[in-house]
Amino acid sequence: MTQLINDYLPLVIFLAVSGGIAGALMIAPFLIAYRNPDPEKVSAYECGFEAFDDARMNFDVRFYLVAILFIIFDLEIAFLFPWAVAFKDAGLYGFWAVMIFLGILTIGFAYEWRKGALEWD
Amino acid sequence: MSNIDWQQVWTSALWTAQMIGWSLLVLVTLLVIIAFLLLMDRKVWAAVQMRRGPNVVGPFGLFQSFADLLKFAFKEPIIPSGADKAIFLLAPVATALCALAAWAVIPVNEGWWGRWVVSDLNVGLLYILAISSLGVYGVIMGGWASNSKYPFMGSLRSAAQMVSYEVSIGLVIICVVLCVGSLNMTDIVNAQKTGIGTSLGLTNSALDWYWLALLPMFVVFFISALAETNRPPFDLPEAESELVAGYMVEYSSTPYLLFMLGEYVAITTMCALTTILFLGGWLPPVDIWPLNALPGLLWFLLKVIAVFFMFSMVKAMVPRYRYDQLMRLGWKVFLPLSLFMVVVVAAVLQFGGLAP
Repeated sequence: MTQLINDYLPLVIFLAVSGGIAGALMIAPFLIAYRNPDPEKVSAYECGFEAFDDARMNFDVRFYLVAILFIIFDLEIAFLFPWAVAFKDAGLYGFWAVMIFLGILTIGFAYEWRKGALEWD
Repeated sequence: MSNIDWQQVWTSALWTAQMIGWSLLVLVTLLVIIAFLLLMDRKVWAAVQMRRGPNVVGPFGLFQSFADLLKFAFKEPIIPSGADKAIFLLAPVATALCALAAWAVIPVNEGWWGRWVVSDLNVGLLYILAISSLGVYGVIMGGWASNSKYPFMGSLRSAAQMVSYEVSIGLVIICVVLCVGSLNMTDIVNAQKTGIGTSLGLTNSALDWYWLALLPMFVVFFISALAETNRPPFDLPEAESELVAGYMVEYSSTPYLLFMLGEYVAITTMCALTTILFLGGWLPPVDIWPLNALPGLLWFLLKVIAVFFMFSMVKAMVPRYRYDQLMRLGWKVFLPLSLFMVVVVAAVLQFGGLAP
């Protein structure tokens, strides 16, 4: 427990200090800078036009697809980390287990490639 | 009631104050170094284009970044009327905070004094991977909360780009971890004391570092780092000609500065990570006198600056990528390549009997 606190409490303090620096920079102009907003200045930027319609609009489904693929592969990496650290202890059995795991993922990857999930045109 | 152990309280308070002091020291030093790296970036860019760059504020324009900071702080902060105010103002802070937080576990030296790092985590590399993924939240929050079309599209693109290249960065890191057998940053540097060079009977030198043993991974990591930090030639989110300035369009004054700062801190983090993973951290290039008499911190800084110089030169020389090319490179080239290299590295370590 003491070891845990010794390791992670400095991290929390570091986060607090960097949050303090970022927050101070954020607040500074609201305290010292001259502010004179008018309706044109605070309207949404759209190359000088009045905004045509709302910005909360539909977007391309491929962005969504990229997010899903990212989750799969990032999870895969998260699974590989413990294996990579304990590589020697896991031995030959661990090596082949992970190779099968990677093989299954590669089949999925080949499938989505063939289906055109990675195309941007 | 009265049996509070004042000795204990005093020790804890002193320890906390000491930790706050170290954190401040690291952060302030980092920000000052980044101020000069930013100037160097502009100077290199100017030199490639045969201009002189910033040269008015102070000798050779050395104080340009500090003048810029003052200018940002005195500008009028604008909050768009349609914006979601709380998230709009939280986004830059989140970006800067996530970028700065990574420096808690980056060691800069190891000597008789111990390890020069705020928090010597045994899962340091995993922490860096996690906290740098969080950086994408600032981008999405900023783009969505602005309630304007350019920021919205810019943030979508930026987020998709950042997550795509994070996958190959993660797989490269797996390769390095396989070779080291530890996630501790200091252990990773120390593991590079021996390697290809020493197995050939040479003294400890730059040949032992992982850039040589894992050369394809080094290249993939460098290019992915460019894409991950939205640097040219992958600066699609800020492509001025089509999206004006991406997710930062509606920001002004220090909220804009915080985005900018977050970006440069992330770049410096990537430079430091390249140094630690592949360029031997604070180890001297050849372990002979007088090179090993110089402080390790100096070597670390020199290597970080050298990697940053490469970042600047790429920015100055390479034309911008198209978005579909960018996604193709990330998913169809780097991902299969790095996945394949994980298998190769694991197989060599397993059947070559080299497992750490």
